Amino acid sequence: MSSLYTRRGWLALGALAIALFAAVPVCALLVPAGSPLHLSEYWVSLAGKILCYAVVALAMDLVWGYAGILSLGHGLFFALGGYAMGMYLMRQIGLDGVYHSPLPDFMVFLDWKAYPWYWRFSEHFWYAALLVVLVPGLLAYVFGWFAFRSRIKGVYFSIITQALTFAAMLLFFRNDTGFGGNNGFTDFKRILGVPLATPQMRVVLYALSAAALIGTLLLARWLVASKFGRVLAAIRDAEQRVMFCGYDTTHYKLFVWTLSAVVCGIAGALYVPQVGIINPSEMSPANSIEIAIWVAVGGRGTLAGAALGAVLVNGAKSAFTQLLPEYWLYFLGLLFILVTLFLPRGVMGLLPRENAA
Amino acid sequence: MRNLVATLLLALAAFAPPALALDAAVVHQLALGDTSEDKIAAINALLESGDEQAEPLLKALLAGSVQTSGERVLIVNGDSARDAVTGEKVSPLPTDASDVVLNNRVRGVLDAAVSALRLVSPERATRLKAARELADDPRAAALPVVEKALARETDPEVKGLLEIVAASVRLHAGGKAERIAAIRTLAASGNSKTETLLLPLLAKKPDGAWAEPDAEIRDAAQASLAAVRGHLAWGDRLGLLFAGLSLGSILMIAALGLAITYGLMGVINMAHGELMMLGAYATYVVQNLFRAWAPGAFEWYLAAAVPVAFAVAGVVGIVLERSVIRWLYGRPLETLLATWGISLMLIQAVRSMFGAQNVQVDNPSWMSGGVQAMANLVLPWNRIYIIAFAALVVAGIWLLLTRTRLGLFVRGVTQNRAMAGCVGVPTARIDTLAFGLGCGVAGLAGCALSQIGNVGPALGQGYIVDSFMVVVLGGVGQLAGTVYAGIGLGLVNKLLESWSGAVIAKIVVLVVIIVFIQKRPQGLFALKGRAVEA
Repeated sequence: MSSLYTRRGWLALGALAIALFAAVPVCALLVPAGSPLHLSEYWVSLAGKILCYAVVALAMDLVWGYAGILSLGHGLFFALGGYAMGMYLMRQIGLDGVYHSPLPDFMVFLDWKAYPWYWRFSEHFWYAALLVVLVPGLLAYVFGWFAFRSRIKGVYFSIITQALTFAAMLLFFRNDTGFGGNNGFTDFKRILGVPLATPQMRVVLYALSAAALIGTLLLARWLVASKFGRVLAAIRDAEQRVMFCGYDTTHYKLFVWTLSAVVCGIAGALYVPQVGIINPSEMSPANSIEIAIWVAVGGRGTLAGAALGAVLVNGAKSAFTQLLPEYWLYFLGLLFILVTLFLPRGVMGLLPRENAA
Repeated sequence: MRNLVATLLLALAAFAPPALALDAAVVHQLALGDTSEDKIAAINALLESGDEQAEPLLKALLAGSVQTSGERVLIVNGDSARDAVTGEKVSPLPTDASDVVLNNRVRGVLDAAVSALRLVSPERATRLKAARELADDPRAAALPVVEKALARETDPEVKGLLEIVAASVRLHAGGKAERIAAIRTLAASGNSKTETLLLPLLAKKPDGAWAEPDAEIRDAAQASLAAVRGHLAWGDRLGLLFAGLSLGSILMIAALGLAITYGLMGVINMAHGELMMLGAYATYVVQNLFRAWAPGAFEWYLAAAVPVAFAVAGVVGIVLERSVIRWLYGRPLETLLATWGISLMLIQAVRSMFGAQNVQVDNPSWMSGGVQAMANLVLPWNRIYIIAFAALVVAGIWLLLTRTRLGLFVRGVTQNRAMAGCVGVPTARIDTLAFGLGCGVAGLAGCALSQIGNVGPALGQGYIVDSFMVVVLGGVGQLAGTVYAGIGLGLVNKLLESWSGAVIAKIVVLVVIIVFIQKRPQGLFALKGRAVEA
């Protein structure tokens, strides 16, 4: 983990930061529309979306790559963060919905007369921001407390997290749950009173995503290089031995698990205003497994690799769905198989040893 | 109405031996008569004649497919027609044919006449159906007709139904003793319609007075209502139990293959659901082949589909084991990801070959319909067969694992791979065969599912979480756990469903399993010893 503290590591990170922060806004806002260097709103949104995925991949790498916990339910935390932000965005629509009612369209459709109790305060941005952190964090804490306390690990843990996100998906699919059922939240108009569908707003959201990515990367780097990170890696490699050394592994795992969920929630909150929709399919088990493959493609336990994997896989997904939509699943399936069989250390494993952490 | 009933009564009383052909004059009066009275008289005359030919004519009249051409009366069926009097074929239709138009009064008489004819039909099935229809809506019944039919009826089931129909009519007519007797008769019926018949007797008028002034009748109605409700509640309970058993057997058979691949071999096969889907599609292909090449044997296509589904899924499983999974033994998380990749490719392959839409798999006729177990409880044949099929598969797997050499080897490898290898068990080949077996059972599950649900590329994904839950709950490493967990989950799911709705029930079950795993991470029936410690 020393690369971050070398000159080259800092240089690489700095170059990445400049590329992320400067290039896209300049190309999107300053370069005139006719120029080949111009980025349309679509591309800015796509880039912002992929950066959110990269944040999720980092969160996943923390628990899987360093603590050895394969979660198949990280999509749930991502979606919960998204829903928390979505509630606020729905409130911001105000009277501009199809039915011109103070309630969201789907509630009018259900003939509800008032917001249910859990929608209280959601008109305040600060409250939504609080929910974005608290809801995934609390759920992860409670779930993790139960799971780690009774020493559920390995495949069992994976399957149970998958059941968790599956159950949540079913719950959110219900219209009566009060989160828009099948269709979820969409038709967002503005955030903090500022319209969403402007090039400037897209660049701002993109920049926030980039900041989140870099912030998460720095935090995760600091964390895994610390003593805490070393204990985590030790737990991954020989949990019983760590326990016999006197460490309470439950606390370590619980902390990194909850932190990872919170990071996912933040990524989800940044994701929703950029894609303009959140619905329960984000919680489908398939989505959560896909997160694992981003990390596996990039390389487990390498952080930068995980983010890179998310960018690569999602870039490929965008390319495939536009050019060869019917071959995307073949490609993704092959990716799963080939990476597990032949690239256990991911793309980062292909780099020369000294650079690859 | 009274007139009509009287004539119908006459008609039934005078049931003469069937004449050879209908009386032409009567038929003319019916089709060409000027007034409604003429037509009603003709209908009654036809009933009185007791002619078997009368029924098709009256039915055709009701359906609006009787036409007249000059003096001829024709029963039209598509492009051809039949002379109603002589029965000779008339084709093509005469150009001047015009419809016989009925007004509502004549139509009402016709309705009653047709159902009266059906109540005395020589066919038991026809009488039963007519009686059931009347039992569902007794207000349409004319008491004298029902009583006459009752007097002639010999079949106990039809007779029971008719008695209830008669009682429902008598409920509001006749003397007090008669009404109480009718109410008591109704108590024996398990029909949900009886409830709505009895309830008005116990209602209060807006001014607070009883709708039924006689307290004795009210008491009798109260008692009968309780009895009927008891019947219905039992029907509901048994229905729930059956639904739970049915779901349980489906979960069990879906999880059984997983119990072999995961429970015995420790391989997380996320493509299990897709192998079920392959089994279902294999059934679909066999069905189409039978339809194209052996339509006569279509009823029995399932007999061929079962082994084909097993073989297709089993062979795919063996290929997967040889090519991918065997490199990943001992690395369960990697296996999970790789098999997920396989499942994605299988889904897309099926989509490319058969399209993204659901395909149509038809039940053979012996699987459609159901057994009427109680008045409000029908047990569908396909569900009954699937319960039996699941039991057979479980028994077969159990025999295979406990009574054959292959089973012995599989158990040996499960318990101690190194030692099994040392005594000469070809462990690699056993792995392949056992994995193929687990996948083949998935194919069987898919074949079963094709008979009760939609067959589409997403079939497997709907079951994968559930079947893993069954295996996790049942405990790794043995079949008994899977059986109990499958049936138990099915029952609990359906019981909760009746109380809270399907989605909440499913969520509650998942949460309960998650909590349960805290207490017993090894499942309900954990193997003792270190075999479990993977």
